[in-house]
This record gives sequence, C-alpha cells and structure tokens, in this order.
Amino acid sequence: MTAALEVRGLTTQFETRGGVVTAVNNVSFKVEPGKVLGLVGESGSGKSVTGFSIMGLIDNPGRVTAGEIFVHGVDMRKLSATEQRQMRGRDIAMVFQDPMMTLNPVLRIGDQMAMAVRVHEKTTKRAAWDRARAALEIVGIPSAGERLWAYPHQLSGGMRQRVAIATALLHQPAVILADEPTTALDVSIQGQILAEVRRLADETNTAIVWVTHDLAVISSFADDIAVMYAGRIVETGTAEEVIANPRHPYTRGLIESVPSLHQAGEKLPQIPGATPQLSKLPQGCPFRPRCNVANQACLGEPPAHDLSGRRVVCHRPLEAAA
Amino acid sequence: MSDILLKIDAVSKRFTRKPGVVAAAIDRVTGKDSTVTVHAVSNVSLEVERGEVLGIVGESGCGKSTLGRIVSGIYAPTEGEVLLNGDIVAKEVHGAVQKQTTRVQMIHQDPFASLNPRMKVGEIIAEGPRIHGLIPAKEVNDRVGALLEKVGLERAYANRLPHQFSGGQRQRVAIARALAMSPELLVLDEAVASLDVSIQAQVLNLFIDLRKDLGLTALFISHDLSVVRHVCDRVAIMYLGRLVELAPASDLYEKPLHPYTSALFDSVPKLGVGKRSFAAIQGEIPSPINPPSGCAFHPRCPFAGPRCKVEIPTIAKAGTGRSVACHIHNGGTGAEASVPVFTEAAA
Ligand SMILES: Nc1ncnc2c1ncn2[C@@H]1O[C@H](COP(=O)(O)OP(=O)(O)O)[C@@H](O)[C@H]1O
Ligand SMILES: Nc1ncnc2c1ncn2[C@@H]1O[C@H](COP(=O)(O)OP(=O)(O)O)[C@@H](O)[C@H]1O
Ligand code: SF4
Ligand SMILES: [Mg+2]
Ligand SMILES: [Mg+2]
Repeated sequence: MTAALEVRGLTTQFETRGGVVTAVNNVSFKVEPGKVLGLVGESGSGKSVTGFSIMGLIDNPGRVTAGEIFVHGVDMRKLSATEQRQMRGRDIAMVFQDPMMTLNPVLRIGDQMAMAVRVHEKTTKRAAWDRARAALEIVGIPSAGERLWAYPHQLSGGMRQRVAIATALLHQPAVILADEPTTALDVSIQGQILAEVRRLADETNTAIVWVTHDLAVISSFADDIAVMYAGRIVETGTAEEVIANPRHPYTRGLIESVPSLHQAGEKLPQIPGATPQLSKLPQGCPFRPRCNVANQACLGEPPAHDLSGRRVVCHRPLEAAA
Repeated sequence: MSDILLKIDAVSKRFTRKPGVVAAAIDRVTGKDSTVTVHAVSNVSLEVERGEVLGIVGESGCGKSTLGRIVSGIYAPTEGEVLLNGDIVAKEVHGAVQKQTTRVQMIHQDPFASLNPRMKVGEIIAEGPRIHGLIPAKEVNDRVGALLEKVGLERAYANRLPHQFSGGQRQRVAIARALAMSPELLVLDEAVASLDVSIQAQVLNLFIDLRKDLGLTALFISHDLSVVRHVCDRVAIMYLGRLVELAPASDLYEKPLHPYTSALFDSVPKLGVGKRSFAAIQGEIPSPINPPSGCAFHPRCPFAGPRCKVEIPTIAKAGTGRSVACHIHNGGTGAEASVPVFTEAAA
C-alpha cells in the first residue's frame, strides 16, 4: 500500500543570533491510510516545526534544508510552488492548537467554509454550503445547519476546534496533521473529539498525524507512535508495543514519569535535568546528560536500530522485556 | 479527634458583569436590566485537617480558582465564611475582603507570569517576610539560601533573574516564595499544569518531599485526575460552582458515585490500556451565567429523571468519609430519578 504520507530525512533549520539551529533533524516517518500516528515529545522538541515544514509554512529565518515529503506517493518538494499550494489544503490539511489560526473571526462559519471549498473546486455557493454542513456533521456538531450561520466567537472552544477539523476535512484529504488540537480543551470535550477523529480515520480512510505531549492520549487512540527529542525522532513503533515495552531510554523515562502508573504518594521516577537548548546541544546523543544508561559510546552520534517493527536511535537500546 | 485547620462554610461567590456603555443606554430606554450574574461558586462547604492535602477537581469554569482565591483571602465570598484554625480569614465586609491573610499562600499555574521579571530570585523570595517583618534583616540571606536548597535549587541562584530559569525551576522559586511566609495552608492552583511531563514529575516529587518534611496542609487544585490521585488524600469534585462529590482519593478512584465523576473518569485517556472508545460525556459544559435548573448536570446525565430537572440535590453522606450530591444516591431508591431522559446532545 502507498503510504498516505511519508516523510524522509526532513531537516529544518533556523538562523538565530546564536548561529544555525536544527529544529527538525533528519526526521522520517510514514502513515498508512486510515491510521493514526501519534507524534509525541515535550515542548521545544520540534513537533510543530515538523508540521509546519510539511505544510510549507516555514518562513525566514527558517528553511527546510533537506528531505522528501511524499503525499500519496508524490514528492511535494519536487513540485512547483503552484502545484504545492494546490496540494496543501486539498490533499493534506493542518489543524492547529488554536482554532483561530484557521478561522476568520469576521466571517460566518458557513461563508468561510464555503470559501475554503471554492479555493480548490468550482462549485456553486449553495453546493459549497451543503459540503460545509456535511463536514460539520461528520465531526459530530449538533444542529450543523444552524451553526453555519454563527460567527466563531459565538461558539465554545471545543466547537471551534471541531469547525477547524471539519474545515480540514472539506476536500477529503489523504492526510490531516493535527497539532495539539485538544490540549487547551477540557477532558470531556477532548474525549468527544478523539472519538470522532478515530471514527473518521476508520470510516473515511483519512490518515492522521496527531501531535501531542500527552502519552495517554496516544495510548488510547493512536495506531503508531513516534517519539521526538531535541528535533529527532528517537523511537517509532506501534503505540501499544512502544508504551508496553519502550526501547529508548528517553521513551522509558517519559512513560515512567506518568503518575497513574504508580502507587499514590510514591516518589515518581524522574528524568533529571531539562531539555537542552538547540543552540547548546551536548555532543553525541542529545539525551546523554539526562540518560541513566549512557556510557562513553554515547559521545558519538547514536545509530538507528531496526528491531522487528521498531526503530530506535540509541547506542544502548533497552532490552525487550520478557 | 480530628484537627480541622481549614473550614469553608457555605461559601458562594457571584460575579456581576455590568452591561457595556451601549447596552446600558439601551437598558435605560427599554427599562430592562442586562447585568449578568456569574454563579462561580455556590454553597460550598469543606473541611481540611491539619497535614491533609485536599484535591479540588473539575473542568474549566467550575469555580476551582475562585474557591482557591477565596480561601487565600484574595476574593471575598458573597456568602459564607472561611475559617483557618477557628479564625475568620475570608468574609465579606462592605464588598471587600476583611483583611488579606498571610497565613495562606497561593501558587499559580503560570511560572512565567507569577514572578516579577526585574527582581532577583533572592529578593522575590525575601520580599514577603521582609514586608511583614517575619525575619530579622540579617537573617534574610541565610533564610533565602535555606529555602532555595529546600526546593532543590542552588543557593547561588539567589542572584539570578527569573528569565534565567526554566519553567520547572521557576515553579520551584514560586514554591520557595510561598514557603518563606511559613504559611499554615498552601493553595496550589494548577501548579504543574503548564510543565512538561518529565518536569512535572520533578515538581510533584518536590511536593511529596516537602509534605513529609514540613507536614504541609494544602488545597491542590487541578484538572488532571492522575496527578490528583497521586498527591491528594481526599478529593472534592466540582461541577458548575457546586461540590458534587467528596471522598478519600483511593475510594473515589475505585468507585466514583456521582454520574459526573464517573463520566469524567471515563473520558480521561489512560496509559497502557490500549485503544478504546471515549464519548463518555455528551454535550457541552453549560454556562454558569444561566446554570440548568435542578441538578446542574442533568442535561448531560444519562440517569437524569424528572426530579433532577427541578430539585437541586443537596450534598449528603454516602458511606464512610464520603458524600455525594445526586438524587440517585440521596433519594433512597432513586426510583423517581432513574428514568433515563433523552438529551438534545445525545440525540
Ligand atoms: N522562528 C523560529 N526561530 C528560531 N527558532 C525557532 C523558530 N520556530 C521554532 N524554533 C525552534 O524550534 C524548536 C522546536 O519548536 P517547536 O516545533 O515549536 O516545538 P514543539 O512543537 O515540539 O513544542 C524550538 O526549540 C524553537 O526554539
Ligand atoms: N473576576 C471575575 N469576574 C467575573 N467572572 C469571573 C471572575 N473570575 C472568575 N469568573 C467566572 O467564574 C466562573 C468560575 O471561574 P474559575 O473559578 O476561574 O473556574 P476554574 O478555575 O474552575 O476554571 C467562570 O465562569 C469565570 O468566567
Ligand atoms: S544513545 Fe546513549 S545517551 Fe543516548 S539515549 Fe541511548 S544510551 Fe542514552
Ligand atoms: Mg508545538
Ligand atoms: Mg482555574
């Protein structure tokens, strides 16, 4: 099967006063149609820049310096600027943490969604409104027809995020990149949206990259997981296996620091220190100063290991649990 | 014999939002009144024992921060009073807090906004005790150094500015600043919410240590159920300004009684249980400006019956150390409440 999205060796750099920093460093992953890939990492690990790079949203002082981005087998970076613009929004769409990045505050929901339809397709306004209503229904918005007449400020935060997701869906894209879309929402609303998005992937075969810092979210609804640290993907595999049996020391540290896995009141196993600044990365493996199994070898660039369906970038991958 | 440190007695807080200039003019002409009232906290009573950590949980807008601010003496309650060790610390006198207490210290969510960017960390920590004359001037440096060590920072950091610290370190400074006042009660309002998981674990561990060393009593406000379970002895669940359930943490997590509590637990994604369905709670959180009649949860409750629409359930005992505000649990058989209704959102 052709992956809906495949990224190979994506590298994005920013020129800063302190020199050139590599915010996304040789990142590779793929998502099959109908699958949800959870891209997880702590703040500053490069999740958003990865999404922006794929969507062509990197501006000065940043630049995508290497890599290939295949959407349905087509290498986007080989296309002309016009062709790329056509694909973005139609074949691949993005949903942001703040839905107001997508929504225009002065337009009715129906008008702006209809405009989004007509950017890529010649249809009547009437038909575009119908499409908008259908998209709102897909994401579980009650009385969708009435909501089309509302302005964004008349909707709750959760509703606005659903509208942003519905807008991304208008052209039945092969891939949706969702950047922490439920982080600012309450758990009950997050639960509703996760359920809708999962159904969407299952029923419409849309591939989804779900960016989050929350491992529990990934664990409960993603098929695969990619763990980022300091701009690199350090571990990939199926969500179930990676969480049950992490092979990268950072992944293990992250999982172990989740309180719900421990006896109440017990001290939590903690990863010492803080994430490094990109301008001051340690030599060799960027996780080395915080890693509890590091040795001399870790002063060199960590190699990638392919361990039966798992990819781990580390000098000393952890043993598989029995 | 229990040793009650904090007593929140029938506290309510309403905010009135005055109409804007235009709306006020229209009001004058039409004789209407478009002032709106937000019922932020409604008739909440709670007691906290010395040395106990009580969790306050609920979704945004349910009144957690407002309650924390009332306890800290920042807001005056509209009704009711707050007693600390028997002394009134928060009671409305002519629309203002009678006297802001230093005996309760609050730690806020945002470690970036809560520290003055132009003050050195040492000054930030010493400011409160200095103003209130709590420590002699010549002992200040020693005290600041000791506090920095207590929260896991180096003494030398006293000379740095807040921007030189990471989020987790700033939250440690905020904790040191609160401890400098030797408070009897700490109110932590989403204190770890903005921190990354690995940093969150570090700050939770610090809290667990401090609790053991200092015998802290605290209100731990959070929307994160797994964090609350980890550090709290008892948990209070709030919904739209009201207390709906109160129980020892272990009992609550084992068997929530209120339909809202159990729906909330069901909607929290859990680590390591594999893929599952969510959609545990239907519909949106209603507005505290016009809370639903009867039980405020009734429009979203799968068990709501006719009585739930009209009568506000009072909070009543439901087993050892537990209480719940729900007709199903408080009305004996609950037969009159258990007829499922079809809500708009569920349809
Ligand atoms: N415009 C920019 N200029 C310089 N550095 C940037 C810029 N945008 C992002 N970065 C850097 O890229 C890194 C990754 O950021 P981001 O992708 O936003 O992280 P995440 O989404 O994982 O929290 C950060 O360390 C940030 O400093
Ligand atoms: N100073 C204020 N003025 C007006 N309304 C307020 C004020 N503070 C809080 N509110 C309202 O009171 C309700 C409860 O808010 P809050 O206590 O902050 O909830 P939580 O902390 O649980 O999210 C909300 O509807 C909020 O908008
Ligand atoms: S390469 Fe070395 S330092 Fe890096 S995670 Fe693996 S063991 Fe730790
Ligand atoms: Mg981001
Ligand atoms: Mg709050």
